[in-house]
Amino acid sequence: MESTILFYLLSAMSVISALFVVFSRSPIYSVLSLIVCFFTIAGHYIMLNAQFLAIIHIIVYAGAIMVLMLFTVMLLNLNQEVSVHKFNLTKLMAVFTGGLLFLVIVASVKSSTLANYQAPAYLNIGNAEDIGMKLFTDYLLPFEISSVLFVSAMISAVLLAKKEIK
Amino acid sequence: MEIILFKTILVLVLFLISLGIAAYSTYAERKVAAFLQDRIGPDRAGPFGLLQPIADGVKMFLKEEIIPNHSNRWLFILGPCIFMLTALMTSAVIPWGLPLEFDGTKYALQVADINIGVLYIMGVLSVGVYGIMIGGWASNNKYALLGAIRASSQMISYELAMGMSIISILLISDGSLSLSHIVESQKGMNWNVFYQPLGFLIFLICAFAEANRTPFDLPESESELIGGYHTEYSSMKLGLFLFAEYINMFISSTVISCLYFGGYQFPGLAYLSAHLPANVVSIISIGALFTKVFFFIFFFMWVRWTIPRFRYDQLMRLGWQVLLPLSIANMLITGGVITFFNL
Repeated sequence: MESTILFYLLSAMSVISALFVVFSRSPIYSVLSLIVCFFTIAGHYIMLNAQFLAIIHIIVYAGAIMVLMLFTVMLLNLNQEVSVHKFNLTKLMAVFTGGLLFLVIVASVKSSTLANYQAPAYLNIGNAEDIGMKLFTDYLLPFEISSVLFVSAMISAVLLAKKEIK
Repeated sequence: MEIILFKTILVLVLFLISLGIAAYSTYAERKVAAFLQDRIGPDRAGPFGLLQPIADGVKMFLKEEIIPNHSNRWLFILGPCIFMLTALMTSAVIPWGLPLEFDGTKYALQVADINIGVLYIMGVLSVGVYGIMIGGWASNNKYALLGAIRASSQMISYELAMGMSIISILLISDGSLSLSHIVESQKGMNWNVFYQPLGFLIFLICAFAEANRTPFDLPESESELIGGYHTEYSSMKLGLFLFAEYINMFISSTVISCLYFGGYQFPGLAYLSAHLPANVVSIISIGALFTKVFFFIFFFMWVRWTIPRFRYDQLMRLGWQVLLPLSIANMLITGGVITFFNL
C-alpha cells in the first residue's frame, strides 16, 4: 500500500520535473529540475530493490554530469531569457524527429503487457557483489567494449582540450 | 514499532549532536587558533568563554537580513538550505557504537545499515556542492560566482582520488560496502591505516579539500574573493553556510575514523564486552569513536592555523597529477598484493 502511494508520488514528481525541464524558459531552472528528475528516478531504482544502481545514478548523473552542466550554464551566463531565432527547416526537422521518437515510445508501450506484469525474478540486483559477478562473467564482452568506448571518449576530450603546441 | 521509535530518537539525537558539536567547534577553533598564536581567545561570555557559541548564534539571528536586489530570490534562499541538508544527511549510515540492549532486544546505533554505505557517503558528498553553486550563482555577484565555480571544480577533482582510495579500503575489507561491516573488520588494532597508509594520506588530503578547509579553502579565500560564495549572504543564511561547514568537518572526521581508525573499535573491546554489561560497553565504544573524532577535528584546526593556502593552479595540479595517479597506483598495488599472496 505504502509502496503504491510512493510509486505514484515519485512518478508524478519525475513527470512534472521532466516537463519543467522542457518548458522552462530559463536554462538554470531546466538544469535544476533535471536534477530533481534524476533524484526521483533514483527513488524508482530503490523501489525496484536496486540500491547500487540508484546510488551510482546519483553519483554519476546528479553528482558529476549535472554539476558540469550547471557549471557551463553559470559560466556562459545564460540567464537572459533570449529566444534564439530558429529557421523553419530546423523547426520542421525537430517536429519530424520528435514525432519519430513519439512513434517509437507509443509502439513500445503498445506492445508491452501491463495487465499481467511480473516482478523480475532476480531480486538481488541491488547487491554490488552480484552486479560485479554478472558483469565480469556473463557480460564480460559488452563490459569491456563499453570501457573501450569510454577510453576513446576520454582521449578525444583530452585532445580537444589540449593547447596548440607552437 | 519500537524499532521505528528508536530510530526516530536516534535521528533526533544525531541531529542535536551534530549541531552541538558544530557550535562548539567554532568555539574550539578560536581557542585552538588562540593557543597556536599565543593569545587567550574568547573568554568573556561565561566561564572560559564557554557561552560564546550561544552569543554568536543570537547575534546571527538578530542581524539584518539582506537579499540583494538583482538576485534570484528563491535560489538565494535554497542555496544554504541544500548545503545544510546535505551536511546533515551523511550521519545516517555511520555506526556510532556497539548496539544498545533494552529488554533483551538489541538496537544498532546506526540509522540505516544499507549495503551501499560508502557509496551513499560519496553520493551525498557529490550532491553537497549544489548548495554552494546555487547560492553563489543566485547572489548575482562575480566574486560569489567565482567562489562557487572554484568550489565545484575543486570538489569534482578531489572526489576521484577520494573514491580511488576508498576502493583500496574495500579490497582489504572483503569487498563489503557497508560501513558497519568495514568497522567490524578492524577488530582490536587491525586498523586500516596500518595497511593503507598511503590511501589514508590521500583520503585525508581529499577530505580537507571536500570540506573546503585551509589549505584548500580557495572558494572563500577572503584575500581575493572577499567571502567567496557567501559574499552576499547575511544573518542566519550566512550562519547556515558557516555552520554546515563545521558539520561537514565533524562528519569527515567521523568518516575518517570509521574507514581508517576502526570506528568504535579499540584494543581490549572484546575483553570488556565479555566482562561488562552490554550497555556499558556500548557507551564506552561510543566514547572511543568520539575520542578519535575529536582528535581529527583538532587536527583540522591545527592544519588550518599552520599551513598557508594553496594557489588555485597548485590545487588543481595536486589533485589531478599527484593524488589521482598515486591513488590508482595504491589501488593496483593493494589488489596485486591481495591476489599474489592469496590473502
